[in-house]
Amino acid sequence: MPDETKGNDQPSPVEAGGNAAPERPATPAPPAKPAVPPAAKPAAPAAAAPPKPAVPPKAPVPTPQPWESALVTRLKGQYGSGIREASTYLGQNYFVVDPTILTDILRILRDDERYDYCVDVTAVHYPKREEAQFEVIWILYSFAHNTRLRVKTQIKEGQEVPSSVPLWPTANWLEREVFDMFGIQFTGHPDMRRILLPEGWKGHPLRKDYDILLQDKEWVQINLGIESGQ
Amino acid sequence: MGDFLGYLKTNVTPGEAGNYLWATIYILIIFALVSVCVMLMTYAERKILAHMQIRLGPMRTGPHGLLQPIADALKLMLKEDIMPAEADKLVFWFAPVSVMMIAFTVYLVIPFGRTHAVTDMNIGILFMLGVSSLGVLGIIMAGWASNSHYPMMGALRSSAQMVSYEIAMGLAIISAVLMTSLQTGTGTLSMIGIVESQFHQHTWFVFSGWGLGFLAFVIFAIAMIAETNRAPFDLPEAESELVAGFHTEYSGFRWSLFFLGEYTAMIAVSSIAVTLWLGGWLRPFPNALSGNNWDTAFNLLPGLTFVGLSLWCVIGGFRMPKIRQLAIQRIGLILFGAFLGLIGLVMLAPGVRERVQDIYWFAMKVSVFMFLYIWYRATFPRYRFDQLMHVGWKVLLPTSLGVLMGTALWGVLR
Amino acid sequence: MSDAKIYSQLESISSSEKPFLDSSELILNMGPQHPSTHGVLRVVLKLDGEKVLGTECVIGYLHRGVEKIAENRTYAQFNPYVDRMDYVAAVSNGLGYCESVEKLLNVVAPERAQHIRVILTELNRIASHQVWLGTHALDIGAITPLFYTFRDREEVLKIFEKYCGARLTTHAFRIGGCQYETYEGFEKECLKFCDFVLPKIDEYEELLTTNRIWIERTKGVGVITAEECIALGATGPVIRGSGVRWDIRKAQPYSGYQKFDFDIPIGTAGDTYDRYLVRIEEMRQSVRIIRQAVEALPEGPIMAKVPKVLKPPVGEIYHSIEAPKGELGYFIVSDGSTQPYRVRVRPPSFVNLQALDLMVRGRLVADVVAVIGTLDIVLGEVDR
Repeated sequence: MPDETKGNDQPSPVEAGGNAAPERPATPAPPAKPAVPPAAKPAAPAAAAPPKPAVPPKAPVPTPQPWESALVTRLKGQYGSGIREASTYLGQNYFVVDPTILTDILRILRDDERYDYCVDVTAVHYPKREEAQFEVIWILYSFAHNTRLRVKTQIKEGQEVPSSVPLWPTANWLEREVFDMFGIQFTGHPDMRRILLPEGWKGHPLRKDYDILLQDKEWVQINLGIESGQ
Repeated sequence: MGDFLGYLKTNVTPGEAGNYLWATIYILIIFALVSVCVMLMTYAERKILAHMQIRLGPMRTGPHGLLQPIADALKLMLKEDIMPAEADKLVFWFAPVSVMMIAFTVYLVIPFGRTHAVTDMNIGILFMLGVSSLGVLGIIMAGWASNSHYPMMGALRSSAQMVSYEIAMGLAIISAVLMTSLQTGTGTLSMIGIVESQFHQHTWFVFSGWGLGFLAFVIFAIAMIAETNRAPFDLPEAESELVAGFHTEYSGFRWSLFFLGEYTAMIAVSSIAVTLWLGGWLRPFPNALSGNNWDTAFNLLPGLTFVGLSLWCVIGGFRMPKIRQLAIQRIGLILFGAFLGLIGLVMLAPGVRERVQDIYWFAMKVSVFMFLYIWYRATFPRYRFDQLMHVGWKVLLPTSLGVLMGTALWGVLR
Repeated sequence: MSDAKIYSQLESISSSEKPFLDSSELILNMGPQHPSTHGVLRVVLKLDGEKVLGTECVIGYLHRGVEKIAENRTYAQFNPYVDRMDYVAAVSNGLGYCESVEKLLNVVAPERAQHIRVILTELNRIASHQVWLGTHALDIGAITPLFYTFRDREEVLKIFEKYCGARLTTHAFRIGGCQYETYEGFEKECLKFCDFVLPKIDEYEELLTTNRIWIERTKGVGVITAEECIALGATGPVIRGSGVRWDIRKAQPYSGYQKFDFDIPIGTAGDTYDRYLVRIEEMRQSVRIIRQAVEALPEGPIMAKVPKVLKPPVGEIYHSIEAPKGELGYFIVSDGSTQPYRVRVRPPSFVNLQALDLMVRGRLVADVVAVIGTLDIVLGEVDR
């Protein structure tokens, strides 16, 4: 299957495997095929292995492409500008949505579009952005369609996100970890407290401006009565 | 009081002869020898368990780990004696002592031979049942005195388990006792009497009753494992759940007393099983193959066993790698083999070999049980507590009742 | 202070009925040091006698900040760190990470490298399941299978050591393929191992599968239905034991798995016994895959053409593989520099451990240990 050249092949990782459907009534509709990113020039000269292979032309750097599909049309029809972006990159589709309509989108995805398995809830911190420094990401998977989907929302420092625990119980610990590492509060979460770090930890480590010495300085000040030794 | 040499001419136990001096001597001998047996059991358990788990077990302390029990005993005696600050001091001290003492008290009635018992109580079996029930008390004391969660839960579980299985044990014992009355019309609760009645009926009780004796034996064999808190009924000591159960807070010498008490109880209940169903000290086929020639042939067996063991040690010693580091171990193993051979030769001597018979066969039968104990520990997972109680109350109890009634019916119809 | 919070959490759970003679409820702490919690896991149980009313898992004792470290290392430098998360199945971790970065770089490993990857990953699956079986049986009380499985696992570790020099944290793969060519006799040893281990798996089954006590300890214990699995995100043998025939190697094949023919074992009842059978059968299927992969091992390069300095274009990617414990996913955000902007590891053990509370409510204390064992968690992965 794979050639040894770089950048010219477009592996589509999201292929519907034949025997992937679980023991449930299989969906008769074909899975929503994501739009394949534009193919670069074929690497015919390199694959044929001539005595002096021509240097393959530099492949264009892949960028996120707009994602066209029935799902996108449906959701955009309903929410219009709430869906800020619907793109695909390297064969993986994602939405960027407004925090206000987040719960509704997730509910529609879970119930109507059958994305019943929440793979992960995570966040990324972009301190250099002005309007929204945090991006909270839900990675969803549908057993029926055998596809993955990311739903992203961008929030400011201190802004709260509605919790998805009512939709997927798995989000309980996942959101606790996001809170622990980033300080993002999820409204409606039954048990919002730190999970990996001890109770009284200062700071949220995965932020880009996390001062690793903050905890240490405080302990030294309290227990040894001096300024930090660092 | 005691006629020292005069007793030797009699053929009854010291208790029957009213000879307190010899009774005391027997008690001391039993105490010493059973302790030695417990030490050997710890060694055997480690080696046999190891071989079943495709590894070797102790190999370094002495040749093939033969000095390991001595090393263990020394270590336990020298260990720091920790008593939890919140513990109830008197009860904490008394619990292991009581467990051990109760375990040893059972040996008063166990017959190692026709005359080799401390006494022959006419209620021997009843005495043994009553005394072994007291063992529960020691365990509860230990769990209570430690004043902490895990030992408390372990002690409660253990006591519930022991009490439940005692009932099945008792009913199985009654079945065996019923069988003693078959030939003569009067049964006996005396341990020596039970063995003698097996001799007179020409059969071990395990084979009689068209399988009823076997069933009673099996019930007793299972119940005795639960009585002694051994696998697969060792939940009270389960490491993975309760750290160590009721003896969590004990260390060093106190813990070794618990250990001693447990192994002693194992040997004691195995001896009961052997006495009741497997013919006690009787050699195989005492009636069918009787006569001087057969007697002599069987008399040679103990000596030959020891000579065989010594040959195994000596040959093993010679086969050891001939490197300098192992020199001491080689010499040790060969000397140990020589020592065993000496014992064997002594046992082959004409005067000795008749007297050793009873004890030898008794010990052989009890050893089989000890091996089974270790085998079960290696093989079976642990029963969960409610399943344990289910087996004790809902499986063993009705079965033993049925066996009892069946035995009675069979006895009447004979 | 955190204990007060935990205990107040558990206070809200109480027995369903308050009878006239109210038995008091006990809070029992299976602390971080415990023979059966497979690492530093703390489980606080609220008990009514022996019955478990509620549990609270306290994790984070092994949190080493792997995701933060990733932001300060280059892509290749981070490769050894992923082994240390699920240290029992280090090769799988490495496979997942290398494949994720390769996706980001839009590179595919050559075919020979893919075969080698599959062989080593499946060997590691067998080794990981052997560790699981030994420790799980030990917790339930069968002390012998531990020695058998660890003894047989030695053969796998020998192959790893000959291949890449390390037994446990192997760092076997590189971004773009494999670094090391297979050693002389690699194929023969793998096939010999396959012949060696199949009767051993039968031996483990002989000790346990039909053992009455084992069945009583595991049947009906820790039941979780398929809907609950999907809702809780449990993957791997947990969801397969509940009857969902889903395996990422078949659903979204990676690294050439679509070429190999193997079955996905599933259970029906979703209890500990079914998960045990699923994992035993997975070991056998892994042997099948290894045989096919070795026999079809092609010639060719083992490393794709990747630049010396890895600078993936700006973007993000999520890629997951079927690790022995479940779905192991890597979400990597790149900002165009040599160091990843964010690496998120989606650990299967972390998500599976959430199911503990559900599986254990209403059961006895002895079952808690069995259920922790059947979830097959490795604290290195839970805490990262």
